[in-house]
This record gives sequence, structure tokens and C-alpha cells, in this order.
Amino acid sequence: MLKILKYSFFDLMRSRWSYVYFIFYLALGFVLLFLNNDLNKAVITLMNIIIVLTPLIGTIFGVMYYYNSKEFTELLLAQPIKRNTIFMGQYVGIALSLTLSLVLGLGIPFVLYGLFRSTAIFDFSLLLVVGSFLNFIFVALSYNIALSTDNKIKGFGYAILMWLFLAVIYDGIFLISLLLFNDYPLDKFSLIATMLNPIDLSRILILLKLDISALLGYTGAVFRSFFGTSLGMVVSLLLLSLWVILPVFRMNRKLRKKDF
Amino acid sequence: MKYLVLIFVLFSFEIQASTITVCKSCKIKTIKEAVSLSKDGDSILIKKGIYKEQSIIIINKSIHLIGENNPIIDGEFKETIIKVTANNFSIEGLTLINVGQSYTKDFAAILVSRSKHFVLKNNTLKNVFFGFLIEKSHYGTILNNKVSSHAENEANSGNGIHMWHCSHMKVENNKVSGLRDGIYFEFVKNSTISNNISENNIRYGLHFMFSNNNTYFKNEFKHNGAGVAVMFSKYIIMRENVFHYNWGMASYGLLLKEIYDAQIENNTFEQNTIGINVENCSRIDYTKNKFIRNGWALKFSGGCYKNIFKQNDFLYNAFDLSYNSQLNSNRFENNYWSDYTGYDLNKDGIGDVPYRPVKLFSYIVNRTPEALVLLRSLFVEIINFSEKVAPVFTPDNLIDKKPLMKKVHD
Repeated sequence: MLKILKYSFFDLMRSRWSYVYFIFYLALGFVLLFLNNDLNKAVITLMNIIIVLTPLIGTIFGVMYYYNSKEFTELLLAQPIKRNTIFMGQYVGIALSLTLSLVLGLGIPFVLYGLFRSTAIFDFSLLLVVGSFLNFIFVALSYNIALSTDNKIKGFGYAILMWLFLAVIYDGIFLISLLLFNDYPLDKFSLIATMLNPIDLSRILILLKLDISALLGYTGAVFRSFFGTSLGMVVSLLLLSLWVILPVFRMNRKLRKKDF
Repeated sequence: MKYLVLIFVLFSFEIQASTITVCKSCKIKTIKEAVSLSKDGDSILIKKGIYKEQSIIIINKSIHLIGENNPIIDGEFKETIIKVTANNFSIEGLTLINVGQSYTKDFAAILVSRSKHFVLKNNTLKNVFFGFLIEKSHYGTILNNKVSSHAENEANSGNGIHMWHCSHMKVENNKVSGLRDGIYFEFVKNSTISNNISENNIRYGLHFMFSNNNTYFKNEFKHNGAGVAVMFSKYIIMRENVFHYNWGMASYGLLLKEIYDAQIENNTFEQNTIGINVENCSRIDYTKNKFIRNGWALKFSGGCYKNIFKQNDFLYNAFDLSYNSQLNSNRFENNYWSDYTGYDLNKDGIGDVPYRPVKLFSYIVNRTPEALVLLRSLFVEIINFSEKVAPVFTPDNLIDKKPLMKKVHD
């Protein structure tokens, strides 16, 4: 598996898109810090970008890589290697290279601007952790979609739809249901609804670490007592891991029965 | 002959105003004894030491209590330590500690009632129930004092500087922390409150009601349970105060309720859950204030008319304004909004496109507070944008027609 991981990883590292992605984050980091020297504010702006963009890039990269390397994968399948070894290697390779672009792209400008001397270091590292999680989650989800659909166009369509659903539509439905059931106690509902969507969960996790956490306390004691504590943090991170594990698990099951 | 009489009179005054010294090894060992021996105009010099006394009562004697090298008067958690009803007196340089708690009586470190022209300065009050309790008094000065305590809940704690039915008072350079309300005024007129720091109080940093014609400037209020609350007052002026770090479920930088004809100028509101919460306030001029990184910079809840907001800086607040009615007679003009995205083609420093401070999301959150969990999500940004382009839910005329392109304060 390591060999395949290494292969996909270096294949992607050599590819143009990885560089574009890396340079994009690098430029973003520098521009943000250039425009306002305050690390804390830059972290807030970055959060807005990361929770939308990382999933999108992860989704597209995942689907694209699967379809592009399909022939090579089929060649590999002819070799005496376990199926899930091949695909897990590819999956980890993609997710890792994307994460590396993210971490290095954002890390370099922030470190140059004095991250280690700033109080924002914890917020920033949380941002990177959450960003990496999102990478792993969305690459896994898109691999699932690609494995289930042989038609390239359909696969792309479903993948984009999935991103659109989790990033935008889910929140829309969530908001409408909050407005509709206004007369009922909604604290628990909103807590659970937030945790079920990895993008929402990441957003809340970062917001809580910024000063806006007290603002959330306004919605009720439930939110405050849950997300405000380290238990909330642990549970949230566990849920994010679950969002990685479940798609990977399904991927492996799908692989076993799939006819190439 | 005339001069002789004058000299004689002066001389006799000189003799009258004597100094009584109190210390552990002196002839007079307690402050109570010294007070009972003193006459008008006397000074009582209290030397270093610990005096375990309560109920030191000064009635109709214009005397000066002066502490040398911080003598400590320990109230032993019993009752009020010093009670004064007199004119032209002063108390300075004392450290008063341990005032008892009571649910029925207002024990204080220093209680002043029905007095005029007095000065309380450079005192340190620790572990008190009420700090300075001043009632029906006029022309007093409270200067350079430190009041601190360890209030735990609202029911069994008192206020730092508490005034009731007073006028022409000056409260300056005091530090108040750990009480129920830092500074509390009720029916206080024509007074000035300046350069005080009020922090870590469990309820309000500053709380006043029915107190007209007062001026508040250069005070700092931070980390208070519910910030600062001012109610039912007219003609007040608040300038250059700082309200910050009042975070919590029901915290405000400043809560205004039934305030009329006030001026709020050059204040800074930083990192509060709500910068200013306004209820039933009319004819208030908000000028050149700074609102930085608050949850809500301004929250209006009904009955607010003819307020004018000019040249304020709204910087990076989660919501600039929350407004719950369709009717608006408040005016926003020439403010700087960090969220403003318009342009200035003729380069006169004023944006060419009006700014709408009420976002659709803040309207939604007003109706359904739980919706706040969706703060900063992509969907919310999209609906905010569509509302900005074509307003449906927010009042049409609630706009800043001339938003500034540059901050008022640098």
C-alpha cells in the first residue's frame, strides 16, 4: 500500500494542479496578511474561505484523479495486489498531497509574519486541522461517488451536487426548518443538525475558538455547555473522524463487489 | 484696633483647629474616642496600625480624618464602619476592610448622609458589602479610591459607590472591582463621573436610574456581568468612555432604556456581545463612537425615535445593527462601515452607494435566535447578498446614504 501511496503522492506532487493549489493558498495567505497585519482577523477571513473551498477542491480532485488514472488502476488491478490496498493508497495519496498544499501554502506566509509570537497560533492550527479533515472527508466522499458511477460526466455532476448540498442547500433546509418550527424548543435540534454536516461542524468549531463563541451562547445553554467545553471539542473531532472512517469503510465494501 | 481684632480672630481660629493623633501607643487609642473629643475644624491623624472598630459616628462635626501610612480599620464583618452626617469634612488615606453582609441593612465602609461639601480620597476599601454609600448629600468629591470585594451573587452583595438622592457630586479616578454594581446612582443630578475603572463586577459596571444632567467621561468598564445599564434619565452626556469585554448570554457594553436627549460621543465599544442595546430611547446623538468586533454593534428593540448616528466607526462586528420594526425614524449619516463594499467615483470621501446596516440574517436571528448557528455559512452570505440587492424584509429607509470611505478614527 505504501508503494502505491508513494506513487500517487509523488504523481500528484508533480502535477500542475497541486502547484496551482499550493500557490493559490500561498498567495491568499500573503495577500491577507499584507492587507491587514492582524493575524487574528486573517484567521477569521481564512475560515470563510477554507470551509467553502477545501471541500470543493477535495471533491473535484478526488473525482478527477479517479477518472484520469482509471486505466492505470485497471493495470494495477491485474497485478497480484489487494484491491483495497490500491485504492486506499490512491486515496491517502490524494488527501495527503492536498493537505500538504494547504498546510504549506498557508503555513509559510503565517510563519513569516510571526505566527509563533502571536496568540493566534492555536486558532490557526485548529484551522489547519479542520482544513485537513475536510480534505480527507471530501476526497473520501468523492471517491465513493466515482466508484459508484462509471459515467464520468454523471460522476462529476453527483460530486458537485454533493458539495453544493453540504455547503449550501443543507444550511438552507436547516434555516427553513428553524423558521418553520419556531414555536418549539430548537436548541437540541440545531445542535444535532450542526453536527451531522462536516462543513457546519468545522465552521462551528472554528467560530467557537474565535471570540464569537459568546455570541453562540445566546442561543441557549445547550450550545454553550456542549461546544464551550473540551468535551464538545473532543466529540466534534471524533465526529469529523467518523466522517472520514465511514466513507472509507463504504469504499472498501464497494470495492470488493465492484466489477472493473 | 480693627487689625488687632482681625489678628485675634485669626489667631483664635488657629488654636481651635487642632490635630488629634491616634495610635496604639498614644494617649488616644481609638478613633471613636478621638472623634468624640474633636471639635469643628479639627484633624484626626490616624497612624499606622490595625484598628478594630465599627460604627464610628460623626455628627455635625466638620472634621478631617487623615490616615498616615495606610492605617487599617477592620470592621470585623459587623456593621457600617464610618457613618457621617456633617458638612465640610474629609476622610483620606484610610484602609477600611471587612464590612458585614446583611439582607436587611445596607452596611457600608463609609456611609454619608445628609451632608454637604465633603471629600473622600485616597482610601482603600476591601472586602466590603457596600463601599461608599452616600445619600441625600450634595457637593461631595470621591477621588482616587480603590474599592474591591468578592461578590458571589446579586442577592448578598452590595455596590461599590452607591449614591441616592445626591447632586453636584464628583466621582473621579476610582477603581471598583468585584462588587454587584461598580457605581450605582439613583436620583443623582448635576454630577460628573470621570476617569474611573469599574471591572469584574457581577452585575453592572455602572448603573444609574432617574439621574438627569450627569456627565460621564473617560471611564473604563470591562468584564462586568452585564456591562453598563442606564435607565430613565434625561440630558446625560457620555464621552470617551471605554466599554469592553462584556461577553455572555445577557451582556451589553451599554444598555440604554428610556433615555432622552443624551449625547454619546467618542466612546469605544469593543468585543461585547451587544455593543449598545437601545430600548425606548429618543433624541440621542451618537457621534464618533467606535464599535469594534462586537456580536451586535447596535441592537434596537422598539420605541426609538429621532436618534442620530453620525461619524461612527463600525468595525468587524458580526452584526452592525439589529432592528425589529418596519418603521424607522432614526438617521444614519456619514458613518464608516467595515462591511461597506461601495465605491467613490468622485473621490469626495463619501461612498456613492448607500449602505444598509441591517442584514437579512440579523432580521432572521431576531425572530429565531437559534438560527445564529448558521453565522458565516455560505448560505447565509448568499441570502444576505440577495437582500442587499433587493431589500424585502428590512425597512427601506434604514440606510446610511453617505457612508464614509475611510475610518473616522485612525
